[in-house]
Amino acid sequence: MITPVLLLQPAQNLPKFPESPTVWMPLDASVTAHDVDWLYMFMVYGSLIFAAGIFAAMVYFVKTYRAKSRVANEHAEPSSEHNTTLEITWSIIPLLVCVALFVWGFQGFVSLRTPPKGAMEIQATGQKWKWLFDYPHGTEDALHVPVNRPVRIVIHSVDVLHSLFLPNFRVKMDAIPGRYTDLWFQATQAGDFPIFCAEYCGTSHSDMLAHVIVHPPGEYEKWLAEQKRKMEDIPLPELGKLLYSKQGCSTCHSVDGSKLIGPSWKGAFGRTEHFTDGTSTAVDENYIRQSIMDPQAKIVESFPPSMPTYQGKLSDRQLLGIIEYIKSLK
Amino acid sequence: MASPSTTADVVAPPRSPDSDNYLTHEKGFLSWALTLDHKRIGIMYLTSVLAAFALGGTFALILRTELLTPGKTIIDHDTYNQMFTLHGAVMVFLVIIPGIPAGLGNIVLPLQLGAKDVAFPKLNLASYYLWVLGAIFMITSLVMNAADTGWTFYAPYSTTTQTAVAPAAMGAFILGFSSIFTGLNFIVTIHKLRPPGMGWFRLPLFVWALYSTALIQVLATPVIGITLLMLIVERLLHIGIFDPALGGDPVLFQHFFWFYSHPAVYIMVVPGFGVIGDIIPVFSRKRIFGYKFIAVSSLAIAFLGFLVWGHHMFVAGQSLLAGSIFSAITFLIAIPTAIKVFNWITTMYKGRIHLDTPMLYALAFLWVFTIGGLTGVFLAVMSVDVHLHDTYFVVAHFHYVMMGGAITAMLAGIHYWWPKATGRMYNEKVGRLGALIVFVGLNVTFFPQFILGSRGMPRRYYNYLPEFQPLHQLSTFGAYVLGLGFLMTAVSLIRSVMKKPDAPANPWGSRTLEWTISSPPPYYNFKTPPPVTRGPYDDYETLVYDEKIHGYVEKSA
Repeated sequence: MITPVLLLQPAQNLPKFPESPTVWMPLDASVTAHDVDWLYMFMVYGSLIFAAGIFAAMVYFVKTYRAKSRVANEHAEPSSEHNTTLEITWSIIPLLVCVALFVWGFQGFVSLRTPPKGAMEIQATGQKWKWLFDYPHGTEDALHVPVNRPVRIVIHSVDVLHSLFLPNFRVKMDAIPGRYTDLWFQATQAGDFPIFCAEYCGTSHSDMLAHVIVHPPGEYEKWLAEQKRKMEDIPLPELGKLLYSKQGCSTCHSVDGSKLIGPSWKGAFGRTEHFTDGTSTAVDENYIRQSIMDPQAKIVESFPPSMPTYQGKLSDRQLLGIIEYIKSLK
Repeated sequence: MASPSTTADVVAPPRSPDSDNYLTHEKGFLSWALTLDHKRIGIMYLTSVLAAFALGGTFALILRTELLTPGKTIIDHDTYNQMFTLHGAVMVFLVIIPGIPAGLGNIVLPLQLGAKDVAFPKLNLASYYLWVLGAIFMITSLVMNAADTGWTFYAPYSTTTQTAVAPAAMGAFILGFSSIFTGLNFIVTIHKLRPPGMGWFRLPLFVWALYSTALIQVLATPVIGITLLMLIVERLLHIGIFDPALGGDPVLFQHFFWFYSHPAVYIMVVPGFGVIGDIIPVFSRKRIFGYKFIAVSSLAIAFLGFLVWGHHMFVAGQSLLAGSIFSAITFLIAIPTAIKVFNWITTMYKGRIHLDTPMLYALAFLWVFTIGGLTGVFLAVMSVDVHLHDTYFVVAHFHYVMMGGAITAMLAGIHYWWPKATGRMYNEKVGRLGALIVFVGLNVTFFPQFILGSRGMPRRYYNYLPEFQPLHQLSTFGAYVLGLGFLMTAVSLIRSVMKKPDAPANPWGSRTLEWTISSPPPYYNFKTPPPVTRGPYDDYETLVYDEKIHGYVEKSA
């Protein structure tokens, strides 16, 4: 065991798939999903027919040509051992099917990889073990988009590989540190859909879940304005509490004293922390600020050095909010 | 018939306790530990591989048990991650890659060529001890603080996690050399040690498959070796190769890794094709249909297998052009694979089919491999792969191919050559029941995973959304059935070694050379290289079943 066990994230926040009309796929909710599903179902039925043929031949031959016993010493009936026409036929037909599948798959892939001009852009960041999405007012832990508008997500990672997977939109793209990747989709209906991390990223890979909130027409702009007002108006400790969940702090720091990946915030302010370099200090405003901006500078003993920096991601008011929130957790 | 000088062996006189064969020729621990006899090395390999299979299988059962509920069932997050890593690494590097070539191939290949041994017997023993050393490294990682990277060792996670990645990677590195040694040995053996009259198109299909496999082993394995070495260097010396924090490129690792690991998929499954190609004609009492197509398609698969690694990276930011080339070549592999399946099925047409245990496994192979192959086509279609990539659909697909293809074929081969290798017959009823249980267990375990995957369940997940639970439970139930099938088979095979009856020289009425000598084979196999005058699946009519010895003899004898 290397890292302390991370507890299940709060059950009430688990994303949920909307009811799907088929057993094969989740509900399709983007403009490109229909093409993918059509091709998928084509292959399901094609495979069923192909496999049924193979299995039927197998079962029929076994039944018809079953030997009675070893003692009977039966011999095979005379039949040809080679037939070039047959070999060529059963090479060419699958080849033609494969060419068709390749072309359809390629066309579908091109449209998945080509965002329409003028698509709205949102930055997504993968980090252990949280997705963060950038908006004018700051980051959010859910992806908010308007319905019926193409959205391009620019993806990167701050630590290891992750993969942004939106099953209802049939899109997925790896998040790679040091590189930008992207995906696009256009939601066809409003609702709340799941996001998964699809590339293994360590301890809490399977808890790296998020929501896509698709807003009905007109609602998205209202939501943006509301968030902006919130960030400016609410009292500092409440702002800190909001950021605690939206910035991914809650993944590693508890507020009830339990030990997660990082030290708990409960009673942290004023507590004396001992560091891996042998020094120690009492937690004050400057220490908190340093821990957020340059987290590798001082590592509290018995915790892994796994926190990413928040340099450039938080405004001064937001930093103050977090400091005040920690102070309030006695 | 092979040679007049071996006719005496064909009749297989009842074995007396002092009769000389490779098992009784020498005694004592060192006579095994330092043996240069390919058959003994094969037995040691097979035993070790099956022990590793039991370990990897135990991991699998613990993993499946954990997945009975969406949250914690029996183990925590990190233990789960370590366990699926070791399950994958053990099954790939310790079991499936060496299983058929180094285990069964070592025993059978020289016998099928009428040779006294492989070309380089000492290299062969060295290969076995490298396997042991590699296994020790893997177990060291397990004991220290098991690696939690997945068997793919993707950077930069693998270069930054605090678990014991270096010993596990070192283990895989050493196992690579073990694999190269076997491959090299087999290539030379097949080129140089064929008996008079055995041209390339008179080779048993198992030999063709081992030849294709050996080419991949020798050409592709060095790449994983150097890649893992670079990974270790980056971890220990912080030289930036793959980790962007040190100036490296994590996608480069994926290219290197799959440049080996995709061809390695064919190292795993092509030998299985060979086993099936040998079994189906014997148990259909009929010459194989389309021999040349089957033989050459193995080579085609080996060649094309080198050019498709990028299909593992359709959503890793690879360019559209690169992706489409990889996708197109991937489809091409479907053709030689389909040709093989068609030819095997056609071989049964108008035959006289005996449903003994090896044939039941071969039929099970045809079934599950067809499903594994067809679902591979789904993943080659780029737009569909975007959705299915890294979900349980992929897990189901490669388990159908690896577990359903490679392992089922290995079991077919083990049951087929068991009488030859051990000199004992196993209980046929238990063998058949085992085959049935394994077949049912396999489908119940892995078929639900296709649906889980296309419904969006990502792989390597410890927790999952509650709506996936029923399918996960069904899959776990199947895994228990599968475990039961393997356990029963293992017990039956072990019991057979301790009990009578003795096996005849040729229990199935096969035509390849290994069945012309006694069971178990004499220490030197063949006194002289037997001249070959016909193909490996010709003239089944000239063999008659002799009830007294429960085996086949030449009509003239």
